[in-house]
Amino acid sequence: MKPPSFDYSKPDTVDEALNLLDTEKSNARILAGGQSLAAMLNMRLVQPTVLIDISDLSELKTITIQNQTIQVGAAITQAELLAWDQLHQQPLLEKVLPWVGHYQTRQRGTICGSIAHSDPSSELPLALAVLEGSILARSKNGSRKIKTTEFQIGPMQTSLKDNEMITAVHIPIAATDSAFGFKEVGPRRGDFAITAVAAAGTKDGVLLGVAGVADVPTTKHFSHKETQEPNELLNAFAWELEGSDDVHATAKYRRNLVRHLGKDVINEVLNAVS
Amino acid sequence: MKNVGQSIERVEDPALLRGEGQFADDMAEPIGCCYAAFLRSPIAHANIRNIDKEKAEALPGIITVITGKDILSLTKPFISGVKVDAPQYALATDTVRYVGEPVAIVVAENRYLAEDALELIDVKYDLCQAVIDPQEAAKSNAPLLHHAVGSNILHERWFKYGDPDEAFENAYKIVETTIDYPRNSCTPIETFVVLAKYRPGDEAYDVTANFQGPYTLHPVMARSLCVEGNRLRLKTPPDSGGSFGVKQAIFPYVVAISIAAKVSGKPIKWVEDRLEHLTASTSSTNRVTTIKAALNKKGIITALDYDQLEDCGAYLRAPEPATIYRMHGNMTGAYAIRNVKIHNRVAVTNKTPTGLMRGFGGPQVYFALERLVDVAAEKMSLDPLEIRKRNLIPATAMPYKTAPGAVLDSGNYLSSVLRAEADGNLEYLKQQRDNARKSGRLYGIGYSIIVEPSISNMGYITTLLTPEEREKSGAKNGALASATVAFDPSGSVTVNVSSVPQGQGHRTVLAQVVADELGIDHKKIMVITDHDTVKDSWSIASGNYSSRFSGAVTGAAKIASKRIAKRLKIIAAADLNTTPDHVELKDNVARSTINTNNTIPLNRVASKAHWSPLSIPEGAGSGLSETAFWTLPELSEPDQMDRINSSGTYGFIFDFCGVEVNPKDGSVRIDKYVTMHDAGKVLNPKLADGQIKGAFAQGIGAALLEQLSYSADGAFETGTFADYCPPYATDMPELLILHDEHPSPLTPTGAKGLGEGNCMSTPVCIANAISDAIGTEVYTLPLTRSKVHKILDNEEPAPPAYMEAAKKTERNEGYSLNSGGYTIIKATPEKIWASILNPDELISLIPGCKSLIRTAPFSFNAEAKIGVGPIAGNFTADFHFSDLVEHRSLSLNGTASGALGIATGTGRIKLEPNDKEVKVDYSYSITINGKIAAVGARLLEGVVRKLIEQTINNFVYGLRDSPPNGILFKLFRWLGIRN
Ligand SMILES: Cc1cc2nc3c(=O)[nH]c(=O)nc-3n(C[C@H](O)[C@H](O)[C@H](O)COP(=O)(O)OP(=O)(O)OC[C@H]3O[C@@H](n4cnc5c(N)ncnc54)[C@H](O)[C@@H]3O)c2cc1C
Repeated sequence: MKPPSFDYSKPDTVDEALNLLDTEKSNARILAGGQSLAAMLNMRLVQPTVLIDISDLSELKTITIQNQTIQVGAAITQAELLAWDQLHQQPLLEKVLPWVGHYQTRQRGTICGSIAHSDPSSELPLALAVLEGSILARSKNGSRKIKTTEFQIGPMQTSLKDNEMITAVHIPIAATDSAFGFKEVGPRRGDFAITAVAAAGTKDGVLLGVAGVADVPTTKHFSHKETQEPNELLNAFAWELEGSDDVHATAKYRRNLVRHLGKDVINEVLNAVS
Repeated sequence: MKNVGQSIERVEDPALLRGEGQFADDMAEPIGCCYAAFLRSPIAHANIRNIDKEKAEALPGIITVITGKDILSLTKPFISGVKVDAPQYALATDTVRYVGEPVAIVVAENRYLAEDALELIDVKYDLCQAVIDPQEAAKSNAPLLHHAVGSNILHERWFKYGDPDEAFENAYKIVETTIDYPRNSCTPIETFVVLAKYRPGDEAYDVTANFQGPYTLHPVMARSLCVEGNRLRLKTPPDSGGSFGVKQAIFPYVVAISIAAKVSGKPIKWVEDRLEHLTASTSSTNRVTTIKAALNKKGIITALDYDQLEDCGAYLRAPEPATIYRMHGNMTGAYAIRNVKIHNRVAVTNKTPTGLMRGFGGPQVYFALERLVDVAAEKMSLDPLEIRKRNLIPATAMPYKTAPGAVLDSGNYLSSVLRAEADGNLEYLKQQRDNARKSGRLYGIGYSIIVEPSISNMGYITTLLTPEEREKSGAKNGALASATVAFDPSGSVTVNVSSVPQGQGHRTVLAQVVADELGIDHKKIMVITDHDTVKDSWSIASGNYSSRFSGAVTGAAKIASKRIAKRLKIIAAADLNTTPDHVELKDNVARSTINTNNTIPLNRVASKAHWSPLSIPEGAGSGLSETAFWTLPELSEPDQMDRINSSGTYGFIFDFCGVEVNPKDGSVRIDKYVTMHDAGKVLNPKLADGQIKGAFAQGIGAALLEQLSYSADGAFETGTFADYCPPYATDMPELLILHDEHPSPLTPTGAKGLGEGNCMSTPVCIANAISDAIGTEVYTLPLTRSKVHKILDNEEPAPPAYMEAAKKTERNEGYSLNSGGYTIIKATPEKIWASILNPDELISLIPGCKSLIRTAPFSFNAEAKIGVGPIAGNFTADFHFSDLVEHRSLSLNGTASGALGIATGTGRIKLEPNDKEVKVDYSYSITINGKIAAVGARLLEGVVRKLIEQTINNFVYGLRDSPPNGILFKLFRWLGIRN
């Protein structure tokens, strides 16, 4: 478990990083917290020729609220966001972050790194999907905003271009009449989810999201009426996700969790808004 | 105050907490040291057609590449307890039989380069059918692992003690259950480390390795290396990051790295990584047991009948098949059962060879026996604890000789049970259960009662031979432990034992034992825990395993110290003007018991022995060092009736627990767990409890979380701690530990082993509680959430009408991907046909394809880069088309292999023209092996399915619009090829 040889570059500015990325394209990988990348490197699953370390770029080490949106820079770690004094502005993040790995991994692992990595079982992409956030991608040629629904296109596959990196994610703050729910079942606490569900909503309806079942976090909208009698729609959702068996659980078990946990988090939202 | 029995602080901790531990990886590396990496088989079963190492050897920094050819010419196969023609060498020679089997060793200037070179070795495999399930392996038409044997059952024997047939015939009731114990491992933090050097002048090997015994394996290694024992110098470092038996399995690597050192002429170091460890180091045996009991009207078990099918993996690696025989004497557990029948079969399958594992053989036996007792209670309408009590061996019968021959040395089982019931407040737990059940919750109580054997008899494994065979091969018995105690001229004491600690606190406990004998402060004693086979005393039973430290090793140290004490008394008596039997050693002085003011410091006594050997009394001997060897006389070889006292001492454990099962997600919450131990004299209560907690944690893992998983075709699927799931600290429930002490009359300290017991008692206790909670029998472990949920068998709501199809494509559990479908393409069948068969077109249809050549009319070879997201690797694919019906249908077979793994697949494509369109029907079956399956099992199925869907889509577009982008290729991605 030793990586093949690669160059390591620690640029001083984002522009410098993007220039290098533009020359190296898919031969380069962005290194943020390394909590997924270092393992993949050691197992030689990825073999980049150059790593571009963005973990210390001060331009990316910011959390701000602008236009009712929390903007988390790409060098912000999961632990930093968890400790941020404005986190209550988005309660779903408060609920979700303690489930992302372990205390130790959150010290290095970044928010944007988790989004970029796009593991289908990850909590943060799920939260982003349910909150209908967006991803700020930047290349040498400029920036673009990508909706979460258009970002993750498969397991560990994103619509990011070879010369682009994520500079921030944008997460809407909670509206006063909204509420949130989150639940997860994994083999052990701190593991990637077998199934995780998150919900955001108001009296008028709930957006329910599921991770760990389909290839990407997937959402379904429940109208007010449907939240009152959610079983049928939940069952349809559970089947539509077309989960599969793996070493931890069967597809059937996952469907069961979608139905149960889904109902729990819908109720969590309903109880909070009523 | 005596030291023994006190919770003395561990003396090893100051160094460990400062990071000054001396682990194998901390040992000094010789000048010029090179580093090794192993190329391992990505597949479960294949013949090696060819190994091309030229490119690897040409890489700068690579010293040499060693393959099975070198190993064949330089070593002999490892000997094992069963004489069958199924040789195992340090590297695969012509066949690989499990995923992870070492195929080649790269020696390089550093590990990074060595791993670079691994990717350049080209091995051609001819795939064979793999067999994973021991019941399948046992069938007469199963694919054979070792053709010369003619069967996958490498050992079979029947045993009968008492008259079980009669007992079954006259039984009031007969109960039966079949259990399937899974593969798991104790996964020490520190993996294997070998540092080897060859000294051509002496034709000798110097090896440092974190080997921990049994030293029965030293001759196995020396024989394989074709040297005398004294030419294989094996040193073990003072500290160990855990073994739990697992490090026994390092021995083939000692041989492999030694040979690498000889061939390369360099000192070589190898550190096993986690992926290698989980994949290929060792494992517990998985075992299928059908067990029956005959009961009389009172619920007394009159006979037991075991039918055990053991799975030892691909080879019977020494000391296997020991797992199945270690418990042989105590197969009746804590119960007085006089009639026993045992049928043992040992199978080989295409999985990692098995070996020592904390609890060795116990979890398998007790999972069967203690589940059966619950089944019996149910059938007899008795309380499960009541039926256990009725069958316990009475205290008056101690020492008790079991039907299969164990001599249970001491204990009062019933009183221990009663004490635990009271002190652990079983009544309260029952109330908890009743309350929970009243409110509709799934709450259950589980019990288990076991005897915990320790200090293995070196002869137990010979129970597998018939008495006639044993006669021929000579008796094997005993369990020699050794210790050296030396007083130096300054009056301090050094103790040296042939047992390397793995966290048991050897240094603390030995100091306690020796201090009490010599009357000196335990802090004046230095215990040396590294070992050197050419300098330190040892014997075949040496090592740290079978819980032999507290009973046997401390016993040897006690005897050696007693001898020293006797001699000190002789020397001191002369100065104290008294006789030796009136001298007492205490508080660092020798004192006359007649005139207690008359003392002489012990360091003066010791100094005298060194400085004035001519002045000390006769009978005091010379030199103040004693080496004692000790074994229990009771450990004789199996008798003519195959009775065997398989272990020296037997502790007693009674566990009970309350659990609650959540019917929604199948999760199990352990509400309360009580474990009562009678391990004889407890030498250091704090350390004892530490041992119990450790075994308990591993028991929890085995019960709920841990399994080394294989797919049906032998792909190994749990190569990281994300997929192989030992419990975290936060998964541990409260544990109430209780002790009862009935000292062993057989060991010098009265102590028995206690560090393995909960690995045996806890998994079944939890399984019993879960079974009680959900009202259904459980047959297997680990009871993961998904599995418990499945046992609850909740009826599932049907899919919505528009998803009916989903139900049909539901895959079975398992990861071989079989699927299919159809798509409509707007093109002529001729065009589609031509594109598929024309290499020039095909190559452009396959992104990432660097070359594609036709090797036969319908066979192709391609080089391609295959990937998902950032993950990518180079693959070589061979595939061919067959069953061609022009313009209509063809079959496709292919294999793609690369450093990431190997994918094999078959597919069938049918073209049905219809107007201007063609309906393309396809079906495929793919299996994926190697690293990608081991570390990516969680994602694999989703990823592959996705790729194939995309492929088919792209196929549609690719053939419609040129230039094609996407196409068959993504199918080929995994069948064959792609980017
Ligand atoms: C023991 C353990 C347990 C874990 N458990 C969980 C869990 O329960 N849930 C969970 O969600 N995760 C879990 N993780 C993963 C962890 O959350 C990672 O931190 C996260 O997935 C990646 O963030 P990172 O900053 O470490 O990214 P890195 O590892 O540095 O990078 C990950 C990938 O994203 C790319 N990348 C990173 N940043 C950017 C960027 N700004 N722009 C473009 N590409 C980028 C990298 O090139 C790489 O391909 C666990 C990890 C460990 C080691």
